[in-house]
Amino acid sequence: MSILIKHISKSFKDIIALKDVSFEVNKGELFGLIGPDGAGKTTLFRILTTLLIADKGKATIANFDAIADYKKIRNSVGYMPGKFSLYPDLTVEENLEFFATIFGTTIEENYNLIEDIYIQIEPFKKRRAGKLSGGMKQKLALCCALIHKPKVLFLDEPTTGVDPVSRKEFWEMLKRLQKKDITILVSTPYMDEAALCDRIALIQYGEILEIDSPQNIVKHFPKKLYNVSANKMYELIESLKNYEHQYSVYPFGEFVHYTDQRDHFNPKELQQYLETNNLKNITIETTNPTIEDTFMELAK
Amino acid sequence: MSTENVIEAKNLTKKFGDFTAVNKITFNVKQGEIFGFLGANGAGKTTAIKMLIGISSPTSGDANVAGFDIYKNAEYIKKNIGYMSQKFALYDDLTVKENITFYGGIYGLSRKRIKEKRCQLVEELGLQEVTNELVSSLPLGWKQKLAFSVTLLHDPKIIFLDEPTGGVDPITRRQFWEMIYKTANKGTTVFVTTHYMDEAEYCDRVSIMVNGKIEALNTPKELKEQYKVDSMNDVFLKLARG
Repeated sequence: MSILIKHISKSFKDIIALKDVSFEVNKGELFGLIGPDGAGKTTLFRILTTLLIADKGKATIANFDAIADYKKIRNSVGYMPGKFSLYPDLTVEENLEFFATIFGTTIEENYNLIEDIYIQIEPFKKRRAGKLSGGMKQKLALCCALIHKPKVLFLDEPTTGVDPVSRKEFWEMLKRLQKKDITILVSTPYMDEAALCDRIALIQYGEILEIDSPQNIVKHFPKKLYNVSANKMYELIESLKNYEHQYSVYPFGEFVHYTDQRDHFNPKELQQYLETNNLKNITIETTNPTIEDTFMELAK
Repeated sequence: MSTENVIEAKNLTKKFGDFTAVNKITFNVKQGEIFGFLGANGAGKTTAIKMLIGISSPTSGDANVAGFDIYKNAEYIKKNIGYMSQKFALYDDLTVKENITFYGGIYGLSRKRIKEKRCQLVEELGLQEVTNELVSSLPLGWKQKLAFSVTLLHDPKIIFLDEPTGGVDPITRRQFWEMIYKTANKGTTVFVTTHYMDEAEYCDRVSIMVNGKIEALNTPKELKEQYKVDSMNDVFLKLARG
């Protein structure tokens, strides 16, 4: 077991950040912690990286106890915080050199681990880190978190505010790192990224809602889900929300995802109702729930 | 949606030294339209928005926003638009009520008008119980709704939303989009940037910027047909890195 978390709780004054959180991450696993701002993701990361002590519970990382063996943990893990935390006045090269030295290693020793990431920023190695674009900062931060060859890598919202193309590239990098025997715990507010993990934990208000593989987590969705579309989106949403039998109504891309309270729901009835509300080109078709649908249902 | 244009940009260009951040972009946005302004990080979106809202002067090209020329009447533009960024500019140490009053004052509304608007906003957002609480104590989703409402205080013709939904949970994100629909339905133009491609599908039309140029501009449906893909995410991936 690479990460073992048992009954962790943490409060800040009267705010409960984590409530009895337990889960395990297997060696070599890419595990996603999925939840919005304020769910407790960062607090959990800070506990696991020994920067914060839990009020209750126990955690081990790479078989080291989070409190008793904190120095050993710091040598065995890489941590990329959500906020850019490199030295803005040092160059790309100097930052990397600095982190390698701190951990008693050299860039050369573990270069194979960072090579395919570092070559993308190498043309700018003399540039100060503070002057890099968002995407490049993120790549440098990942290199710095990897330079001492950690057993476990903690990535706190590495892709927040990053465009879809850079996000896709970043996840491809993670997949390659995973093959090099690094366990990865990554948090994200993007539900589409959850599908790329081996297993995910959905978290909200400091509580774990569900843990499963992305393929299986959608099986926790309890209702039959329909894609509804019509000529006018705003009127469609309003009409569906006012429908007496609706259970949930959420805009979802070009469709509205709809579930009905009744077990025996006839889409034709809904169609007629929408027609009386002056909507046209109405389509109602069953669809498969996504991780986001499941999250919204479980978070209700 | 009406046929009147509230934004008309023609060959709008901004250079920083040798670097062309925005390269001759030309587009129109209609009154009451939800217009998605997409692009990768560094594509030039923020620079373009800064010119449209009158806080950065173009190197060349023309634009008319809310009926005013961006060179001659930048100050009038500011009075006729609302702007909300991801790091919304509410004062954490002021209460909900004080924030609304403060912004009303900044926009030059009369005390009577501020009071009317405040009551209306508080009721619409269901903030009755927290009007005298400090903004710092509100959950992110509420702050975001309050920030959105504050941008509408002075009844602007256009609101610019720069990644308004970053980091919020999926339910709040959808509630936020319902406010956007409602606002557009009343005739206010919504100009929005986002990295969530499902939100791009909610827009009437979207433009995609690549290296300072607008490479595509159409309805989400027609863009998907044009690029023969099923989602805006795939359209974006095809275009944004060439």
